[in-house]
Formats: sequence, C-alpha cells, structure tokens
Amino acid sequence: MKNYKTIILSNQEISPGYYRMRLLTPGFSETARPGQFLMMRVQQSLPPLLRRPFGIFRTGFLPADCEGMPPKEYTEILYKVVGRGTNIMADLHRGDKVEVLGPLGRGFDVGDPSEEKILVGGGIGLVPLYMLAESLASRCKVRLLMGGRTRDDILAVTEFERLGVETYVSTDDGSLGEEGLVTRVLERKLDKYPRSSVYACGPMPMLEAVYRICHRRQVPLQVSLEALMACGVGACLGCVVKGVGHTEESPRYLCSCKQGPVFRADQLDWSRLGEEPGYCEGCKS
Amino acid sequence: MDKQTMKSGRPNLTVDIGGLVLKNPVMPASGTFGYGEEYAPFLDLNCLGAVVTKGLSLRPKAGNPTPRIAETISGMLNAIGLQNVGVDDFIKFKLPFLREFTTPVIVNFFGNTLEEYGEVAARLSDIPEVTAVELNISCPNVKKGGIVFGTDPKAAHEAVSTVRKQLNKHLMVKLTPNVTDITVIARAVEEAGADSISCINTITGMAVDIKTRRPRLANRTGGLSGPAIRPVALRMVHQVVQAVKIPVIGVGGIVRPMDALEFLIVGARAVQVGTANFVDPASMITIIEGIEQFLLEEGLTDINQLIGSLEL
Repeated sequence: MKNYKTIILSNQEISPGYYRMRLLTPGFSETARPGQFLMMRVQQSLPPLLRRPFGIFRTGFLPADCEGMPPKEYTEILYKVVGRGTNIMADLHRGDKVEVLGPLGRGFDVGDPSEEKILVGGGIGLVPLYMLAESLASRCKVRLLMGGRTRDDILAVTEFERLGVETYVSTDDGSLGEEGLVTRVLERKLDKYPRSSVYACGPMPMLEAVYRICHRRQVPLQVSLEALMACGVGACLGCVVKGVGHTEESPRYLCSCKQGPVFRADQLDWSRLGEEPGYCEGCKS
Repeated sequence: MDKQTMKSGRPNLTVDIGGLVLKNPVMPASGTFGYGEEYAPFLDLNCLGAVVTKGLSLRPKAGNPTPRIAETISGMLNAIGLQNVGVDDFIKFKLPFLREFTTPVIVNFFGNTLEEYGEVAARLSDIPEVTAVELNISCPNVKKGGIVFGTDPKAAHEAVSTVRKQLNKHLMVKLTPNVTDITVIARAVEEAGADSISCINTITGMAVDIKTRRPRLANRTGGLSGPAIRPVALRMVHQVVQAVKIPVIGVGGIVRPMDALEFLIVGARAVQVGTANFVDPASMITIIEGIEQFLLEEGLTDINQLIGSLEL
C-alpha cells in the first residue's frame, strides 16, 4: 500500500448517476486483493478536506503508449454521485490529477474452491464483488444476484457474465430482470444450492436480510461494510462497528478500515448494526 | 553562515524544547497517528522530530458509539471517546515497534481522577523508550462532579503536580481551547511543574443532519480540528507564548509548510500536525521540507532565528 499521486485515464457515466473512473496505478494489481478499497483525494484544494473511500472494482493493463515501454497498469472504481466529493469527481477528466491511497483493508477470504459461491450485490455494493468473482470463477461455480431499485442501479452485469458467472437480476420496480428484492432470489437459490457460501455487499437493510437468511440456514456469509472514514489506515478509529458480544459495559468495536471492510458475519453484532444510520460513504459524500 | 550550514548547505532544524532536543520541530498530534505503526508504510518515522502516540488511560477504553466523525467546512468533528488499548498493553504490544526507530517517542495520556493520572505517570516513568509524556487535561474529573481538569486553574494545577511527582521525564501539557482565558491555565500548569505546553486541543463543536434532525455525531458534540481552527489556534499560541517562560508547541489546523511557519514565527518551539495526516499521510515530510526551503530562501541558517521573530 502506498500513496499514488496519479492521473485519471478515463471517467465516464455508465448509468444515470453512476460513474466508472480508471486511474493509472503502476504496481497496484500485484498487491490489491478482492474486497480491498482505496482512499481518494479528489483535488488538491479544499474542500472537501477528507479523502473518500471507494471499493476497488478491478485492476488491469493497457498496451504501452509506444514500443519498449511497459504496459500501463490501471485500477477502476465505480461510484455513485451523491454529495460534494462525488460531484467534484464526476466533473474530472482524463489527465486530471488525483491522489489514491491503497490498497487498504482486509478483503474477502476466497474459501474452499470445492464449494459453490453466491455473490449478492445491492446497487453500488456490486463493486468489491468483481475481483472476487475474477479469482473464483476459474475454480468453482459462481452465481451473482444483483439487485437495485430500478434498472439504472444495475451495473456491469455483462462483465461478470464474461467471467463465466451465472447472473440473476432483480429490481424493486421490475424495470429490469425479476420484480422484487434480491433477498427473495437468494432464498430461492439457497433452496436449490444449499451448500453454497455467500458473499454480500450493499445497503445495510439488505445486508441484515441476507444475514438473517444465511444465519437461519447456517450458510457461511462474508459481508463488506461501508463506513464513514477519515484516515483509512486504522489510526483515527472513526469507522468502528460493533463486534459480537458488544455491550454498553464491555464494548467491542472493530475497525472497518483495518479489521474490515470485509467481515465474517459471525464477527459482527447484528442486533446492533441496524441502529447505525445508513452512513455509507458512497451515499453521503 | 555557521560551520554546519557551510558544510552541508542546509539550515539547522534542531530545536531544544526545555531539554527535549528534536532534530526538527515537526511531530504528529496525538490521536491522528495511531501508535506510529499505522503510518509507517507511508513515511519514514526516522524523519520526524518526534512521534506522539494516541492517548492512553490506566485501563483500556472502548470509546464512544458511532457515528464518531463528521466532515465540516475545512474541518472535521470527532467524538472517538479516547478509545485506546490501555497503558499496560501499550508498553507490551505497541512500544516495541517504536523501539526500532531513532525518533523520540512522546506518549500522550489522560485520567478521569487524580489517582489515575498519577498511576499512569508512574508506569511510564521507568520505561526507557518513552522520551517524554504529553498530558491531556481536557478530561472530566469524575470525582469532582465532572469538572474538566483543563478548564479550571486549580484542577489543572493538581493534575500536573500529581503527575510531576511520579514522573522523571519531560512533561508536556496539552491545553484545551474551551476556556475564557487560556493564559490563566497556562500559568497554572507552568507553576505546577510542566516542562512545556502544547496547544490547542480540539474546539468543541456540533453539526446536525437537517433531514433526520439528529446530531451528526452519536455523542452530539465533538472536537473540531483541521484548517478551520487554525487562526484560533495561532491566536492562543501567541497568547500562551507571551504568558509563560516554558516552551510552547503549536497545534491546530496545520496542513502546509506556511501554516507551520506561522506558529514558529509567533514563538512556538515546535508544531504538531493532526488532521492533515488523514488527508495526506506524508504531509509532515512535506512540511519539514517546506520549512527547510523557506529558511534557505530567507537566508537563515538556523530555525531558531525564525522562532519568535514576530514583528509587532
């Protein structure tokens, strides 16, 4: 992990309100693991003061500009425009300077390759699941359940299909795929493939529902949480979540940026997580 | 030019803070740099004037409920609640990492009673790797109806003299700005035996989410830091420098080299960098280099020619 003073290679709107930004990041893909994130400084001047955390969508290589040069290594993030930071980001162009700190945090444990895997993504929560699918697809059966409010919230599904992942889309309004919640699809898939393990990222109500389903069926679950962060490296302790066994008398806080953002579901105190406001940085920045 | 500068062409950045000699005047503010280890991948700790660790208490402390942070214009509010591993685990598990570096270690700590202050001081006093301590007196005294030690000259004096009796190291005392006249508190801690004063701690603030109409921090209020507080911090450092004879360390919203230079010019012997570490993990290195560059541009051979050079 390091701080990259780098440039934007491209920044395009891929669906209304959602952008894909490609950054030049030499050396990044050697260390980036599925489920890790980066902290982005969107401009040198203030505001915004603090960096914004974004899940790493994927890394890759572009052909060199000219013969004899090494190929250009890039990292992609997907983001939703929701506040001051992401509004500034949406206006940035190829060649603009940004700073990227990463890769940060603890990612997914890819688990036993003999088990089938179900990935559950809600809206922009799809982001950390792509690299996971990439590392799993050649080794085991991977199914992606992708949910959103409308068709606009359904992102990058064809890219998962290209990896050989089976994909199922659902929207609340039925404008794309099946009408209804992604968790209903999850119930059905677990009926059919009960020995799967589940990986999920999305809004907190979705994660809670996924947790209840997996807990009832005793299916292993890993979740990627989004939290408000200042430092991203475990120093400020601003992004903690309540761990299992947490009480007022003996609080057990886990640091989302350092001990997460991916947690095994049994590490977390689910009775308390719902009390937190839905303050995912993706939604408020 | 003096001999050292002629030889190396570089100005002298060494400062002497009441016997505590630092190779340059830049160190992190407690609570923004973890226990040092968190930032070691991003900068060479040996380049810093000192490392200041996260505030410790006698026993581990879990901290406040979330949300604990909120960004405001040019600043951030925090109510972490002094979450820390406790003094014993710090000595056992965190301090060994810092032993690998040559940089002096300044250990910040706090207490909720005079007895706790004394006990933590006693445990740190015999640890050779601890170069100095920084005393946080911005905490309520639970035995005295919750009066904040650092807002009452008598309580501040008691806390500092209790620690002074237990400690055979440099004693830096960090002052809260949430008082009517900071010079009264500064003189009280000087009289009680402080070797230096760092100021300011965060300024108490609040932010509200207008849609939910709830405070943006679970704790309702929190400490404001970042560039937003710098002019207030600079004014208070200026006042404290005038009021006491012991050295003063300037803290509050320092992000760029020119910010640090302002504090040095009003008389701070050194500076602490806080929120800027979150924005750019290498900001202290940029600030050290910027100070050196400024001295060269101004034709100064020694940083001590700049410190306290304010023209009035």
